[in-house]
Amino acid sequence: MELALDFPKVKAIVESYTEKVDSLIDSYADNKEQLISLLQDIQTEFNYLPQDVLVKISQKLDIPLSQVFSVATFFRAFSLKPRGRHLITVCLGTACHIRGGQRLVDKLERDYGIKPGETTEDKRFTLETVNCLGCCALGPVAVVDGKYESQVTPDKLDRVLRGYK
Amino acid sequence: MVEQVRKLLEKRAGSAAELENLRQSILDKRDTNRACISVCGGTGCRASGAEAVVDAFLDEIERRELQIQVELKETGCHGFCERGPVVVIRPKNIFYQRVKPEDIPEIISETVLGGKIIERLLYVDPVTNEKIVYEPDVPFYKRQTRTVFGANGEIDPTNIEDYIAVGGYSALSKALLQMSPDKIIEEVKKSGLRGRGGGGFPTGRKWQSCRDAEGKIKYVICNADEGDPGAYQDRSLLEGNPHSVIEGMIIGAYATGSQRGYIYVRNEYPLAVSHARIAIEQAVDYGLLGENILGSGFNFTITINKGGGAFVCGESSALMASLEGKIGEPRAKYVHMSEKGLWDSPSLLNNVKTWANVPLIINKGAEWYSRVGTAGSKGTMIFSLVGKINNTGLVEVPMGITLREMIYDIGGGIPNGKKFKAVQTGGPSGGCIPEKYLDTPVDFDELTKLGSMMGSGGMIVMDEDTCMVDVARYFIEFLKGESCGKCTPCREGLNRMSEILGRITQGKGKREDLDTLEDLAGILSGGALCALGQTAANPVLSTLHYFRDEYLAHIDEKRCLAGVCRELIQYSIDPEKCEGCLRCLRGCPTGAISGEKRQPHTINQDMCIKCGACYDVCKFNAVVKR
Repeated sequence: MELALDFPKVKAIVESYTEKVDSLIDSYADNKEQLISLLQDIQTEFNYLPQDVLVKISQKLDIPLSQVFSVATFFRAFSLKPRGRHLITVCLGTACHIRGGQRLVDKLERDYGIKPGETTEDKRFTLETVNCLGCCALGPVAVVDGKYESQVTPDKLDRVLRGYK
Repeated sequence: MVEQVRKLLEKRAGSAAELENLRQSILDKRDTNRACISVCGGTGCRASGAEAVVDAFLDEIERRELQIQVELKETGCHGFCERGPVVVIRPKNIFYQRVKPEDIPEIISETVLGGKIIERLLYVDPVTNEKIVYEPDVPFYKRQTRTVFGANGEIDPTNIEDYIAVGGYSALSKALLQMSPDKIIEEVKKSGLRGRGGGGFPTGRKWQSCRDAEGKIKYVICNADEGDPGAYQDRSLLEGNPHSVIEGMIIGAYATGSQRGYIYVRNEYPLAVSHARIAIEQAVDYGLLGENILGSGFNFTITINKGGGAFVCGESSALMASLEGKIGEPRAKYVHMSEKGLWDSPSLLNNVKTWANVPLIINKGAEWYSRVGTAGSKGTMIFSLVGKINNTGLVEVPMGITLREMIYDIGGGIPNGKKFKAVQTGGPSGGCIPEKYLDTPVDFDELTKLGSMMGSGGMIVMDEDTCMVDVARYFIEFLKGESCGKCTPCREGLNRMSEILGRITQGKGKREDLDTLEDLAGILSGGALCALGQTAANPVLSTLHYFRDEYLAHIDEKRCLAGVCRELIQYSIDPEKCEGCLRCLRGCPTGAISGEKRQPHTINQDMCIKCGACYDVCKFNAVVKR
């Protein structure tokens, strides 16, 4: 069977990817101490930190790869694995904890088969937990793709998630 | 282009007099009698739908062509997050709560134009059942002293002119042009201000030591890495009044001889990041930041750095390591960061709230500032009053107020008629304070005496349904996850403590475990490298001290009195109360509930996973948790 790859199109995608990565890294050329901010920008762009990008950061900014890797794995905000289409962030701060935040995580593990840091097989959802979002008055809080949901019960979470395909 | 430059030069204040002229011209343009609708745009109210409310107001104002008569302002957090979205109609300060987009046309026609009150949007005092019309009369606000936080509800944080209109940057002008650095430090020392981030170190002494430290380059840093779960006052201040923080930082930089500043802020606070960024740009445009500030010859720039979500980075040496682009591991501080910090240069680090106090001290004087507070703790403190409490939100109170006043008079007590059990202060490094100490005055030293601490101002109220062993386990789990792993006592000690507490909450604990916990706590406080480890055992020690009976119930009787620890509780259905509505049966994820319609249901204990779904959905209180 012949491969029906549209080469100019693939080439264009690869080029735009490379261009984006290069321009992001270059914008930090004078502030290479702001590695964490750079990694955050990369993650915002690609949803995770691709391996080749980490290598490129190390080469272009002349930072040892070991240091890039240690920073990328030390901070919980970073993921080395691709994430799902929708990101669920469940707050497990103290105020949410005593109001039952953990039960949301239990629910997702039970019904969606994902633990914190994991992605559903169909790549629909990634679950992450956070220590506090500072919306303690509204706990338990969950955030789906940046939208804050307040006073979430396991039942309500189910209803909310139905809206994300 | 020429036009743009001209405009920029026009608003740029090149001297103290020009700043005052600018302030006057802003005030002249404003009509104090004009109706102003202030909608809280803090993260809490946004989560409750404030953005849709703002849009609805904009549409309605446009539709009725009221742009000239009515001003709409999206402000920072007002503090009363529980009741969001919050809308205040000025100048009368009519207070509406839980406002929905559908209410907007009525608010405009009835209240703004007609001067009438809409009863259903008013706040009802849960104690007296009285409807309250005006914002200052709401008990939640009435008992507060909002000196630092007060402007939050009045200014649009993305508009520097709002801040200038309420007297903003006048302290900067006074400090730069009328005071010497030594005089400023003297004033801060005399005020008695102590660090609001946790440690409570005297701010003036820190500044002095940074000023005296040798080094050509010095740094000034704002710690907005508010990691304490259950505390969000730093976020609200940076979101709602970023200029007050920036003004404090510039004054601190001038006093210590620094030209470069950083704001290290959590990435989880996107709105705070964006407002701080806008504020910095505007301050530069207005000649209040950058080169030759207000014509004084003093230069200072501020860069924003976003954190990576590590609790330990709130610790000064870890924060600075992270600013250098390294992992956030603390180092031993034989030499203070104020002498050798960021890139080994003297670095002055203060918390958001501490910085925001500085302009007040400079403007009104140390004598005025130190009039409020207790002997050892001056001024006000902003607390986040959260957990099992009626009026959740941010409260600013004078130091020395009692816990009881905060929880009952401002917080409105415990919801649903439940009994108060404890209040946890100081974040994960703090402790739980029981009812018998509710009349303790709140300040740095008194809280420490009770085995807790002031910390960053988190105050989490717990009722009878909270298990204190579970709370201790929660904090130890939290700290275990956040320990950077550099030093052994913290890394290993927390792991062992977490195992032991896990066992106890599962009913597998032994009495000796309590001694081991106390031993480990001693090793942590004496042997850990940084404050995270040194204080990590506080939640365990304070709960062991005040709530030992709960630990013993878990160990001896295998019972969790609060009904929280899953392995020790059982759900059952009271056949007397069960109406057979099938609601719990349908909601049970494992199919453990059986029964016919209109017949009492039963739970098969072998299949029950104790998720509590049945307990939540039952309308007849027929599900019993034991």
